[in-house]
Amino acid sequence: MKKETKEILFGPVHLANPITLQVLGICSALAVTTQLEPALVMSAALTFVLVGSNVTVSLLRNKIPGSIRVITQLAIIASLVILADQIMKAFLFDVSKQLSVFVGLIITNCIVMGRAEAFAMANPPMKAALDGLGNSLGYSVILIIVGFFRELLGSGKLLGHVVMPTVNNGGWYNPNGLMVLSPGAFFIIGLLIWAQRSYSAQLQEDEN
Amino acid sequence: MDFSNRYIVGFSLALCLVCSLAVSTTAVALKDRQAANALLDMQTQILRVSGMIEADAKPSAEEAAEMFKTIKVMGFSPESGELLGDMPFDSKAIIKSSKAAATSTDATSEAAERARVSRIPKELMILEVTDPENACFVFLIWGNGLWSTMYGYIALETDLKTVKGIAFYEHGETAGLGGEIVNPTWVAQWPGKKVFDDSGKVILDVTKFGKVDDDTYQVDGISGATITSVAVGATVQAWFDDEAFGKFLKKEVQ
Repeated sequence: MKKETKEILFGPVHLANPITLQVLGICSALAVTTQLEPALVMSAALTFVLVGSNVTVSLLRNKIPGSIRVITQLAIIASLVILADQIMKAFLFDVSKQLSVFVGLIITNCIVMGRAEAFAMANPPMKAALDGLGNSLGYSVILIIVGFFRELLGSGKLLGHVVMPTVNNGGWYNPNGLMVLSPGAFFIIGLLIWAQRSYSAQLQEDEN
Repeated sequence: MDFSNRYIVGFSLALCLVCSLAVSTTAVALKDRQAANALLDMQTQILRVSGMIEADAKPSAEEAAEMFKTIKVMGFSPESGELLGDMPFDSKAIIKSSKAAATSTDATSEAAERARVSRIPKELMILEVTDPENACFVFLIWGNGLWSTMYGYIALETDLKTVKGIAFYEHGETAGLGGEIVNPTWVAQWPGKKVFDDSGKVILDVTKFGKVDDDTYQVDGISGATITSVAVGATVQAWFDDEAFGKFLKKEVQ
């Protein structure tokens, strides 16, 4: 793999992660990560929308008038989100019920618009697709890690299967209620940011 | 790059056309499948509350349709208290009829106010499960929680005084908090609760978490979701009031 390709694809996973470094897409990262399954499905939906919107915007980049470029990007993103929502309602009904409004809210996910505006408007479709994929990966990795810990510690389960039987159901594990609430996700994301910056010192900001 | 105004208008129109075509084509193409999913989901909930299947069972569309043959769907007029004969199973149509003035009346009970149920349809739906092992009556209910309208079914034993089960098939409450109204552990508290006191008043209720005084008719709320929990109680009371299903319950009881 060429160095540049690698950078576009894997840069957003670690050194330019949309959630932990750019702190974008936090809303959904808190909302859909109480369990692992919705986190996985949300990641898939975002990947579909982000790659689709990046490619479409990139294909049209020389045709889009600058004065209406943001609303054009939004129209493309919104259409893709509705497609994703409709497809999920038809084929993944249970999960789409769980995700409810959050699929629709991908429209407002800053990562999607951010990538369209910052990358796809200035790069050819192939690169834009890779960039979309890379950023989705970065988003998904965080969502999956957060979802994993929140479901495990919050309800003693993984993907709905009991891992640690809870006291309520006659087991030994006393679930951590904080993990079920949104602040639980903040703690995990905070710890991730800490771990990431300790590992890669170049990510640390200068002290004032 | 400079674009003329004419180009910009043309571009926007073309974009709108393409986007709307893509969206509407998908919507139309997937409509049947989505409707089938929604129907199966509602049937599954009813089969669950009536105890015909386990709380976490997921029947296929054919299995659900087969089991549904033992269920009689009847119309009911809350004003006259009379049954109106068989009707198709269509919860959405009933909910829709509560939105039009011609097909519904103002809700006046205090519980309806708390559950923010503003109108009661003139024709309600009652499901009678005739399967002898699981005989019961199922009622469509809805009310407002913290964020959203919660739609569900509640089943009563054939004595029409005792809860058999409750299930919400659609809601938008906070996942992990209010969303726990669909948690099988919470739902498991409901069976056996009494609906009426000796004077015929609806006493079935949901309390704040940990505030149950009498567990013959009180359901313990969900910790961290008091508004949702209490709203579920109010919803149930509103629909068992005389202006909704109350007359059916009392008439059948006597």
